[in-house]
Amino acid sequence: MSSPSSDSSTPRGEAWVWFTGLGLIVGLGMVIGLLALVVLNGISVFWAPPVPVVQVDDGRTIIGQLAQRRIRPGSLASDPRYELQFQVGLRELNGNSYLWVDEAKLKGEVFPADILGLERVENGPAFLRPLTLKRADGQEVPVTSPAFSESFQQEVAAAGATREKLVELTRHRIGDVNSEMEAARIALRRAEDRGQADEVAEQRKLIATLEARFADLRTEAQGVAQRGEVAKLLGRDAAGREVTVPLSQIVRGWFPNQLDTWGRVRLFFSRLHEFIFDEPREANTEGGLMPAIFGTLVMTVFMSLLVTPFGVITAIYLREYAQQGPILRIVRISVNNLAGVPSIVFGVFGLGFFVYVLGGSIDQLFFSDQLKYNNNTPVFGTGGLLWCSLTLALMTLPVVIVATEEALAAVPRGMREASLAAGASKWQTIREILLPASAPGILTGVILAMARGAGEVAPLMLVGVVKLAPTLPVDAVAPFLHLDRKFMHLGFHVYDLGFQSPDSDAARPMVFATTLLLIILVVCLNLGAIWVRNRLRARFKGASF
Amino acid sequence: MTATMNPNPSRIQVRPATERDGRRDYISIRDYGFWYGQKQALEGISLDIPERQVVAFIGPSGCGKSTLLRNLNRMNDLVDGIRHVGDITIKGRSIYDPGLEVISLRRRVGMVFQKSNPFPKSIYENVVFALRVMGVRDRSILDEACETSLRKAALWDEVKDRLQDSALGLSGGQMQRLCIARAIANRPEILLMDEPCSALDPIATGKIEELIHELKEQFTIVIVTHSMQQAARVSDRTAFFYLGKQIEYDTTEKIFMNPSQAQTEAYISGRFG
Repeated sequence: MSSPSSDSSTPRGEAWVWFTGLGLIVGLGMVIGLLALVVLNGISVFWAPPVPVVQVDDGRTIIGQLAQRRIRPGSLASDPRYELQFQVGLRELNGNSYLWVDEAKLKGEVFPADILGLERVENGPAFLRPLTLKRADGQEVPVTSPAFSESFQQEVAAAGATREKLVELTRHRIGDVNSEMEAARIALRRAEDRGQADEVAEQRKLIATLEARFADLRTEAQGVAQRGEVAKLLGRDAAGREVTVPLSQIVRGWFPNQLDTWGRVRLFFSRLHEFIFDEPREANTEGGLMPAIFGTLVMTVFMSLLVTPFGVITAIYLREYAQQGPILRIVRISVNNLAGVPSIVFGVFGLGFFVYVLGGSIDQLFFSDQLKYNNNTPVFGTGGLLWCSLTLALMTLPVVIVATEEALAAVPRGMREASLAAGASKWQTIREILLPASAPGILTGVILAMARGAGEVAPLMLVGVVKLAPTLPVDAVAPFLHLDRKFMHLGFHVYDLGFQSPDSDAARPMVFATTLLLIILVVCLNLGAIWVRNRLRARFKGASF
Repeated sequence: MTATMNPNPSRIQVRPATERDGRRDYISIRDYGFWYGQKQALEGISLDIPERQVVAFIGPSGCGKSTLLRNLNRMNDLVDGIRHVGDITIKGRSIYDPGLEVISLRRRVGMVFQKSNPFPKSIYENVVFALRVMGVRDRSILDEACETSLRKAALWDEVKDRLQDSALGLSGGQMQRLCIARAIANRPEILLMDEPCSALDPIATGKIEELIHELKEQFTIVIVTHSMQQAARVSDRTAFFYLGKQIEYDTTEKIFMNPSQAQTEAYISGRFG
């Protein structure tokens, strides 16, 4: 027999559990809200909705994709009036890709099947009603012909192939010739300076050959480019003006009001693929992020490789060798405070010390020829991958030191004593026993460091991240890893798109998509490190110290 | 004091002491005192440990027996602020001799701890650890040392088929025997055991006590124990400590049957401590 009060589901003294959980709920709510915002906005960039033809009160006709809907500035909160933003494209005609329309002034919208959406190499997207396709072989295909859609996609694919060929020609082959020419010119200047007549003649000959090759390639490139110009798409915009778009300008075309769900999904993944694997276009507001993803990845991994040994060695000294006392306490406090220094300060330090002092010295020591005969163009004495990684390594050092110290302290005393009693020296004990046993804890520190480093932007702007880097920091040219090169970074890309872009409306969706990508990249890096840590932990499972 | 004064003589079975060849003052402790910071842990200890005998240190908790044991291989060096007076010699040489490296001392003086503390490595790597840190790379030497040590530790038959498995998968008693095997793998002269059976069940304890009997043919063993019965069963000589002082040190038979100090008698009969 129990009294009713003892059946109460909340035992006495536990009534305030919900209060302690409140902090977690608030934090989780904010994180989930932020993630949901980023994911929804980021994903919707790649989705192609139907595109209406809109009649407005003032007589305008608009063909455009709905971008956003917001309360009109100045309207009363009690009686909100909305306005809509349409992406109309054709920037060269309209002056702006985006238009705001008062919702109350909309007279009506229809979704005609013949609306064509275009993504273009220049001037952003376009929405128009096509009339005729002038094919490269001179044939004209009117939009009424049943073959229009098919031959249009064929021409787009052909134009894409031509464009790729052109990129291959200009960027790679002409680029190679250019860099060889650069080297030859430096060699020539050096030879002239030293009065080596043979060498001068030889380099002149080399330069002449290279110039000939350059001219050949340029002619070839022009030939390829003109071939692409032949095909044209004729159409009308919303106002009825005639528009001619060369096929060579078209990256992708779709009929937004004809697509079924499967077609939209395919378009979605085609755009996603371009976003991840291609290079940016149009001041980074279009195209892909491959160089930025790659740069972020390489920089983060390289930073981890730098910070881990440095931090672990420091922590071993602090915990195992240094005389414990007031001086060490001050050192510990300083190390911990280093974690609170604003990151831009590390950037300034990186620029002043790493780039100018260290990089400058490296240039003086190893690249003096380059400096002397190449207009004082620095190699390492300017921002680059190495300096970015070092700066971030310095910034994340306290995290690794603290985590390693904790991990070393957590190794059971018994293991330490057993090793020493077996006649192992202190260093042998550290190497054989302490480091393996504390590896999971050290990796936790590295995970935290990576998470912080991958998302950091401010210091990188000073020491080597750029808006657009022509080359990747890793490529097939020896020495494969180019530590002196500037590179692109997702975090900086977000900043650049959001605040430095000439067309902020066009950049807005890309900001979300890039943010999403950065978050996914950091999560992937962390998952990788956590996987390694769990494998290490499994080795110590069942330890009964 | 007479043997009849022992309140419960049947409770403790004393194994008759056997005298064997060897130095009577193999380990010699002279006027030894030891401080942790300001706190004096040992005072005026003087005793000789003969070669190839088992000497048990007994006494209530905090009496300094473990401290003395841990000073025999200078494990207390790990503690900050320690200080000692007097001297400890092994075969006539002081363990505090500046010319003697602590590492070489510890290679001659093996140690088994209260809690078994195998490394998170394979059984094989645990046993050969001492040899590895000495720089032995020859696989055949390591293999042989592993088998010999495990046989001496009476563990070989149980683990010979899984030498590459993690040592952390063994039972408590097996782990402690593994730690003994590890301590004797590099053939030390002396084996220190700090309450080696306190965390084990009676069967495992029995096995380890058997082991101590066999090991004493080759090693000089110093064992700290809280179990009077164990001290009586395994040791040739027994030292009784109380509050950092050495109260009595004699043959085990004498200590348990006819102690000369009233405190010893009281402790052994369970009246205090």
